[in-house]
This record gives sequence, structure tokens and C-alpha cells, in this order.
Amino acid sequence: MKYIDEFRDGEVARGLAAAIAREADPARTYNLMEFCGGHTHAISRYGVADLLPANVRMIHGPGCPVCVLPIGRIDLGIRLALERRVILCTYGDCLRVPASDGLSMLKAKARGADIRIVYSAADAVKLAREHPDREVVFFAIGFETTTPPTAVAIRTAQREGLANFSVLVNHVLTPSAITNILESPEVRHLGTVPLDGFIGPAHVSTVIGSRPYEFFAEEYRKPVVIAGFEPLDVMQAILMLVRQLNDGRAEVENEFTRAVTRDGNAKAQQLVADTFELRRSFEWRGLGEVPYSALRLRDAFRAWDAEAKFDLHYTSVPDNKACECGAILRGVKHPRDCKIFGTVCTPENPVGSCMVSSEGACAAHYTYGRFREIPVRSAA
Amino acid sequence: MSTVKPGYVRPLDLRHGRVDLSHGSGGRAMAQLVTDLFAAAFDNEWLAQRNDQALFAPPPGRMVIATDSHVVSPLFFPGGDIGCLSVHGTINDVAMAGARPLHLAAGFILEEGFPLADLKRVVDSMARASREAGVPVVTGDTKVVEQGKGDGVFITTTGIGVVPDGIHISGDRARPGDRILLSGTIGDHGMAVMSKRESLEFTSDLVSDTAALHGLVADMVAAAPGIRCLRDPTRGGLATTLNELAAQSGVGMAIDEAAIPVLPQVEAACEFLGLDPLYVANEGKLVCICAPEDQAALLAAMRAHPLGARAAAIGTVEADEHRFVQMRTRFGGRRVVDWLSGDQLPRIC
Repeated sequence: MKYIDEFRDGEVARGLAAAIAREADPARTYNLMEFCGGHTHAISRYGVADLLPANVRMIHGPGCPVCVLPIGRIDLGIRLALERRVILCTYGDCLRVPASDGLSMLKAKARGADIRIVYSAADAVKLAREHPDREVVFFAIGFETTTPPTAVAIRTAQREGLANFSVLVNHVLTPSAITNILESPEVRHLGTVPLDGFIGPAHVSTVIGSRPYEFFAEEYRKPVVIAGFEPLDVMQAILMLVRQLNDGRAEVENEFTRAVTRDGNAKAQQLVADTFELRRSFEWRGLGEVPYSALRLRDAFRAWDAEAKFDLHYTSVPDNKACECGAILRGVKHPRDCKIFGTVCTPENPVGSCMVSSEGACAAHYTYGRFREIPVRSAA
Repeated sequence: MSTVKPGYVRPLDLRHGRVDLSHGSGGRAMAQLVTDLFAAAFDNEWLAQRNDQALFAPPPGRMVIATDSHVVSPLFFPGGDIGCLSVHGTINDVAMAGARPLHLAAGFILEEGFPLADLKRVVDSMARASREAGVPVVTGDTKVVEQGKGDGVFITTTGIGVVPDGIHISGDRARPGDRILLSGTIGDHGMAVMSKRESLEFTSDLVSDTAALHGLVADMVAAAPGIRCLRDPTRGGLATTLNELAAQSGVGMAIDEAAIPVLPQVEAACEFLGLDPLYVANEGKLVCICAPEDQAALLAAMRAHPLGARAAAIGTVEADEHRFVQMRTRFGGRRVVDWLSGDQLPRIC
């Protein structure tokens, strides 16, 4: 397929793999974190790890919107649907995330909650238009990629005077999460998470640009290469990171120039800034409370803020004790280190959020990579 | 001459009429619906007998029976509708035993308010599919549920067929070293249906591949009676079918992504929705597992049939106690092709 196959070409991949193997210094290891779930998915789906030398290691980061959503936020949505009888609209990935009381949105739906999968925030607005007699709440999640469409939905509702529409905002910010990881004791002092560089987000960066990462590169001396979500993008970014590390450089480089500029999408940024403001603190699954890491609606849009409208109060709910999602999201552990991985916790019955979305580290490993845990047998 | 007036029954209004509860209550209205719509469309000697069952002498040989319930939204999609789908689906389930399908039975659950014009379209499409396949619908049943308790129409069909002597096709017969064949492109049906889903609608020239495969199966069985397994990769797609066969036979599989035929439109639609064609439904494709020495004859037989024109060898059966289906990606790496878990969902980020 035009414009897709070019970025999945096995021949080019072998060339890049050879270059990485040639340039990677056998005397050292390269521990690279792909921040985004999109990269995790691409690495797993295309078998990228097979093409890398043993001393180039990929660490899955927390950039999976569903994975970082704490149980308490899902509970708020479920309660709105079950107790306040609203129509709750959500992206499909949210449906199977485990919540309190053995529930998930999917299970709440089976108990009579009116929860509907939408493919865009605009579909939720459409539902509100079609059901003027019902309260319609959009459960908004995601990083900077999905925030502008939520802002557009709210602006549309405001323009049309849709009083029965509101948004439960759970939008989070990529740079704060990266700072949090870099500031974590495991990375800074204990050295239990060796972290040499980042593959920077693809779609997020189309919105925020490459400038926000310059701080990490400079302050923490970690190279960042922004890369697209195609497997060749990832390979190229790995090669660029290996070169930076070999040269002792820590710069922001942009592999994804076909979509990302230094300044990003100014119009989207302005819209988001005009619609949302920073929350003082927000709980992330795995990372805990992270200061200034999430957004809420500005006061001017209170009428469309589900938290204000339904007087919702957030209660933190601890994760299942056996679940290692937190450590996995911080890069401290690998899915195979988790005792319940693949036994109690599977994509059919996820205990932790990383097993839910196909972008989650555990689901990606379970679905695509499990066979690597088996002693190697001769290929047929 | 009798002076009793003949009972007048107003003809069914097939243009503007709708299903109502009386169509399922066993009275005149139901009799009329059965006679004027179902029996008229399917028109065969068994239905003409007006019995609650169809009577026939079983042919010699082992018999197979399969049943399949059909719910699809939307009811009409590019390349087909729930009617022909319900005929093809059950014929295919019967045919995957290597059998010659003989008869079908059909059960309808209609929702009150369903337009009779749509019902006629569905039934006519079923009748056409059944005639084309040479497998008559010989008995049936209709029930009507109140509005809101159905989704227009649900159709359950049951089929019986007879397996020729010497044919032993079963999902547990795959052995290490066997070859995996696929009859054509994957994902056509699922993406054609999805392209017409409300809230997802996108423009494409995709059509469902819905088709009855017993003709293709007959040619294959004639070419290589030793076929080990046959299965049609419907819901859950090729990936799920391969996992089912691997689990049943206690083997692993290694497939080659580059060998699996996918239409560019399907690939494009999957791409922008974040779906994987390996998990998208098919309604006119089959997977065949055979001994290596049968591969050439089978591929030739498949490619000579219109429904197998793009048949391909896509991989081999391997010894693997974990029963993994693994795939060499076009990119050059390896990965597991797992069971589908939950529904395939578009990705967020």
C-alpha cells in the first residue's frame, strides 16, 4: 500500500539492523525507552526486537492512555452511568479496564449502564444532539493527541447550547510523565533502571512539536529522537540514538519530519490552552500523584465539566497488590517479572491496565512476544 | 352450491407493511406470512407438503449436521445481506467436514415493526443463495418478539450433509510438517460490513466475500482425499481459526505474513482504523491443512475454482507443546499470532 509499505520494507529494515549492529559498541549496553504505546505496539507487532543486537534493549514507557488511567477515574465514569443514568461515551479501549468492585465499563454495561463506544469526541456530541432528554457524558482520555478533539467537542456544545452534554476530562501531559520517570529514584539514584535515551512520541509531537523535549535532553543529558509509528521509523530512531550515545551527544532529533515540526500545531495548542488549564496534581497509575500533569476545563466551560455538573469527587483506589503495572509503567520491571502475568492476568481477564490496551506493555508482550520466553528451538 | 362466503384475507402489504405480533401467534396472519412469503420464495416439494417437518430418505454414508445463528448489523451490506449469509454460513460449516450439503432448516426471529419489504429482500436473497448452492431450505419456523427485543431479524439455519467414504477431515488431524493453505484474500467481509456501520461509515468499493464453499471443497476432496483439516475463518478471522486448529491438534504453526493475500482496500481500511486483517471476519474463505505431498494438487484444484483463484500456501505445522501460532513478519521479525481477545478496537493514540 502506497505510503505505508515504504515504512515496513523488510529489505530496508535489514539494512538498518545491520547498521545498528555495526555501530553499537559491543562494550556497552543501550537502554532505550519508547515512551509511546504506539511504538510498543509497532515493536511487538513487527518483531522489531528480533532485528536488534542483544545489547540494544527496549524499555516500554508509560505512554499508553488507557494504562495510566487510575482505577478511581474509571470508577467515576461507571458510577455516572450506573447511578446517574447518563449515557457515557468512551473510546473502546477503556471498556475492559478493571475498576473497583470487580467491575469494568463492559461489566457495568451488562448490568444496565448505558455505555457506548465512540470513535471520536464528535460522535459523543452527536449523541447529545440526538438525545436531548438524556445527559450525555464523554469520558475523555489520552495525551496531547486526543485533547484538541475534546476541546473542539466542548466548543461545539457551547456554540449549539447543548446543555445535556458534558465531559469527564482525564487528559494527561507527556512531558510531565517523562520528567517524572527521569526524576524517579530508580533512574536518578538507585540506577535500577538504566535509561540512556528516549524514542519520543509520534502523534503527540505533531501537536506539541519537538521543542518541549529540548529540556530533557539538556537537563538530564538524555538524547531524544522523535519517531513515527511505523517499524522503519522505530529502527531509524534507534540508529540515531545509538549514534548520539556513541558521540556523547544528548540532543533532540526528529526522525518524524514528515509530520512533526519544532513548534508543532499552533492552532491546536491555542485551542487547548483556551479551553483547559493545568490540574495541580493528577494520579497516574504506576506513577502516583504527578504534579501539573493533567488538564481540566477552564471555569468558562464549567457547564460542560462533568466533575462540576455532577459534583464528582475523586477517590484514589489502590491497584491489586499482585499487579506490577506500576513498576512496568516506570520501566522498573518487565511483564515477565510479574507473577500474575499470563496466569491470573490475561487479555481476557486483565487485572492490571497494561494488559488491557493493545498498546499496553503486558498486552503487547502477551499477544506478540510471549514465545521469546520459551527456550529457543530450531526454526523449521 | 354452498352459500358460505370464502374467507377473504387481505394480501400481505409487502411495500409498506410491517411485522406485527400476529405474524408470530400461530393464526391466519402467520399462515399467510409463511405461505405468501417464505414458501413462495423457497418453493420446494418439502415445503409444499405443509408439514411441520421435512421427510426424506437419508442417503448412504456418514452424516454431518451444523447450526449457525446469524446476527449482523447492518442487515444489508455491500456484497450481501443476512439472508444469503445465513445460507452460506451453514453450508460452509457442513462442507468443512468434506461433506456434500443436502438440506437446510431455517428459524427466524422477527422484531415487531420490521418492514415486510426488508423481510422479503432477506428471504429472497436466502432463496437465491440456496438455489444457487443447490441446497434447499426444507423446513423452518418463525417467531415474533416485541419491539426493542430483537434487532430486526435473527436467522438460525441448520444444515445436514453426507460425507463421502474415505474422507476424514477434522480439526485435530494437523501434524508437524503439514502445510497450511488459504483459499484467498482475508478480511473482505468484516471490512465491507464495517464500512457501512453507523458512526464509522467510510467510502470504499469493498464487497463481502460471502459465498458457499461446498463446490470448492468437492474439487479439493477430489484432488486430495487425504486433506487433514478444513475450516472457514469467520468471526475472529484467520488468526483465531489457526489457533483453534493448533489447540485441537496439539501443534504449533509458523506462517509467513508475506504469503497471506490481503486486498489493498482491506489493508488501507484496517490501517486507518488500527485493526489487524488477521482478525477480521471472512464468509467465503477456507483454511486447509494437508500433508506436504498433497500441497501442489490442492493448490492447483483451488486455483482452478473461482472461489480459490488466489489460493496460497501460507505456512507449515510445527511441533510445539505451547501450541503457538507464530508469524514471520514482512518486516523480517517474528511474533505470536494470538487468539483474538475481546473485540478488535480502533487504537486511540
